[in-house]
Parts: sequence; structure tokens; C-alpha cells
Amino acid sequence: MREFAFQPTARIDQAVQAHASDAGAAFIAGGTTLIDLVKLDVMRPARLVDVSRLPLDDVERLDDGRLRIGATVTNTDLAHHPLVTEHYPLLSQALLSGASTQLRNMATTAGNVMQRTRCPYFRDVAAACNKRQRGSGCDALHGINRMHAVLGVSEHCIATHPSDMCVAMAALGATLTLEGPNGTREMAFGDFHRLPADRPDLEHELEEGELITHVTLDTPVEGAGSHYLKLRERASYEFALASAGAVVAVKDGTIDEARLALGGVGTKPWRAVEAEKALRDQPAETATFERAAEVAMRGAIPREHNAFKIPLARQAIARALSRAVAASVNR
Amino acid sequence: MMEHSETRSQGSGETTVNLTVNGEPCQLTLPPNVVLLDALRDRLGLTGTKKGCDHGQCGACTVHIDGQAVNSCLRLAVMCEGRHITTVEGLASDVGLHPVQQAFLEHDAYQCGFCTPGQMMSAAALLEDSRIADDDAAVREAMSGNLCRCGAYKNILSAIQDARRHVSPQRTEGESP
Repeated sequence: MREFAFQPTARIDQAVQAHASDAGAAFIAGGTTLIDLVKLDVMRPARLVDVSRLPLDDVERLDDGRLRIGATVTNTDLAHHPLVTEHYPLLSQALLSGASTQLRNMATTAGNVMQRTRCPYFRDVAAACNKRQRGSGCDALHGINRMHAVLGVSEHCIATHPSDMCVAMAALGATLTLEGPNGTREMAFGDFHRLPADRPDLEHELEEGELITHVTLDTPVEGAGSHYLKLRERASYEFALASAGAVVAVKDGTIDEARLALGGVGTKPWRAVEAEKALRDQPAETATFERAAEVAMRGAIPREHNAFKIPLARQAIARALSRAVAASVNR
Repeated sequence: MMEHSETRSQGSGETTVNLTVNGEPCQLTLPPNVVLLDALRDRLGLTGTKKGCDHGQCGACTVHIDGQAVNSCLRLAVMCEGRHITTVEGLASDVGLHPVQQAFLEHDAYQCGFCTPGQMMSAAALLEDSRIADDDAAVREAMSGNLCRCGAYKNILSAIQDARRHVSPQRTEGESP
């Protein structure tokens, strides 16, 4: 592993300052993505700013009913937190479907938001990758692209966003709190990750020195049921080929409110806004779910090896919706 | 925070870190880019913890940090200031083998043995974690981060379920280890 400077920090402002004053700095908390990629020489930080001991490990319910999650809460602790299992079971399900026990024990909430793609061309410094090296090309476009994205892709990048947690957050609705050299700001979760377009190297909206300090989930949808369905090549410890996170509230057999987000098929955590519209005020039945699935995957662009993901995702969506309805409180 | 501020950082030079390994306090001076796995094996001579993939994919390097199973190949040693590390060498006590070790022996839960230390560390942690259900499916899921290329999974599962009789869950929701 190449050398880097290491800087422990005890306060948020100290961490922000340390990052802002060194263009080669990266924050480290769980390290499960970062250290892996430093070993591969894909990430080359000159300085690691350790934020793992900042006082950001609380999960608390705010007065307005939202849930505020500290940046360093581990995936394990978040998945099992009583406020999450009771009010946001979708998030708990998604978290527990990701990675392994050991990785979930290490990985943090903000770190998971910042998780990098598993695209093998991104992870291989001998391959062309616009995300790793601006303007170098994309070997995935005509390569082995079985695992790659079909939604939100560009001619410059088709790398899949790998996170399960982020799919749940996209569906539930959340706000990120960012602390930077110029103060604090908030950003809707859906605005944080960028589409690759012609700059796949720019993955998010963080500015130099900015640190994610909290993720605040929207108030739970009243009476809603939810389900996270993850389809993958082995039953555990595997990334999604396609996943769907659904939150549905039903009133007198009609869908009152619906949230839908997809994983494994998009270049960012994919909120299926049009599909949500196709669900609202419709009868809570299979035909509706299938129509929404059709809408959600409209505009998908397959490559040589990943066309199978489109019907697979449709099936995941329809089934996740039907299970979410089954779990809802019928009013 | 005090303990952490004592970690001395000198650019990319050597850093001194104090930690407890298998109950013994120890001090290491090492560059920031040394992972806990290499510190344990190369600096402390604790070679029971194995290096398999070195990328958090196989689980051979699993140790406990403050009671939690982690991949020691992905944790920088300098981030372990003040932490309590348990390796497979620290699993047994004066009384004898840890119930998981005894059960692995009785159930022949290995073949080549390379993944065994990691398997046992994950097993020991899951048996003490009340958040993990005790049925076979839950155990398989909790153990999925430990690969066994010999395919001794069947006996590993039966060993863990047998060891359960001798271990009572200690950690409950929201409680620090």
C-alpha cells in the first residue's frame, strides 16, 4: 500500500480544516471501501483524516418525527437500532442484505453514502476508466458488462452504484447535513449523487473539505408497508443484480402513497419517480405493480451482457411492491 | 478523546499506537499504512490470524475489536488506539479451549484449516450477539463473510450450533460491547 499521512481528529471543525487544507486528503471512518481501493492503487490519498471518533454516533428521533443518524453509526448498529426496525424496516432490511457481518460492523452510514462502484474496470488500474482517470475512456462499454447499470448511464460510464442502504434512503426520503469550511448546509438525498454524464469522475456534490455529519430520514409514511427485495447470484454476501425498495400505503384497496427506489441497475441510487406516480390512486393489485415496473424501466439502455437486468428488475419491482402492500396496514 | 489525541502523527512517518491484544497492553510504532492484520502477524508474531484475499472478501483475517468481528486487513493499525483486540490466540482461557474451538474439534469443522481462525472468531462473536437469531439460516447468513474453499460449511454450522449450548449472549441492542 502506498504511503500517506495520517491525522486523527476529535472535533468536526478540526476534521473539516484538515481536509480543506490538503487537496490530497480523504476522510476515513470504516475504511472498508477506502483501504480496499488504496491497496489496489485506485484511490491515492496523500493524507487520511480519521473521523471515526468524532461525536457522530447517535441515532435520535427529532421533534418533527424525523430520524437523525450520525455519520459514524455503523451499518450493524443502524440495522438493529430499535427506532429503525420499528419505523424504517426497509432500511434495516437493506442494510442487512449488504456485505458481510464483519464489513457491516466496520462500515459507517456516511461511508456507505460515499461507497464507490464495484465496476471491475474502475478497480483495475490497467483498464480505461473515465471515473478513475478523467478522459481515459471506458472499457466497460464494450467489455464484460454483465454487472453494469442500465439506468442513468452515459457514453462515458455505465458503472453501477453498489449500495443497498442508499436504495432504502432514496425510497424513504432523506436529507444530508454537510459541514464545510463555509459552514453547515443541507441537501436532499436525491440531489447528492451525480449522474455520470460526461464527468463520471465527479460522483457527488461535496465541496472541498465538506464532511457528511448526519443523514436525516423523512417522517415515516403513515400506515405504509415496505419491502426490500435483492436479487443476486448467491444468497448472501453479494452485490445486487437488481434490487427494489418499496414503501406503499393503501386506503380502501387504493394506493395512497408509494415510494420506489432501485439498486443494481442504476448509476446512482435510483428513485423511480415516474413509477411512483403510476402507482398513486391506483388499485393495489398485480396489474398496477407490473405497469409501474414497466414505467420504472422505461429508458433503460442495455449493453451486450446486461439486457437481462431489465426484466429482472421489473420482476423485482412488482414483487417488492406486492410484498410492501401485504405488509401495509389496510385502512 | 484524550486517548486518541495521544496518537502521535508525524506526516507519513511512524506513529505510536497503544492497544490491548489478547488482554496484554502493547505499544506499536509503525507507519500509517500498516493494517491491523500485518501489525498482528509481522510485529507481534501472532500468525494465527490469516491473510487470505487482503481485501475484506474472505474473512480469514477476522479478529474482534472491542468484541466486534471485523476484517483486520481493512483496518489501519493506527486507528486502533485504545482498542481491545482479540485474535484466535486469545480465544482460549486458563480453563481450556473456547466452546467454539472445542466444538470445531469435535465436529471436524475444517479441512485444510486456513480459514479456521477467521471462522472461529466470527462464530465466537455471533454466539454472544443477541441480535442474531439462533436458527441455522441466521447463522449461515451471519457467517457468510467467512469463505471456506474446502467446503466444510456443513460441519462449521453444526459446530457453531453445538457450541451455542455453552455460550450465553451478552450483548443486547444499544449496549456497547
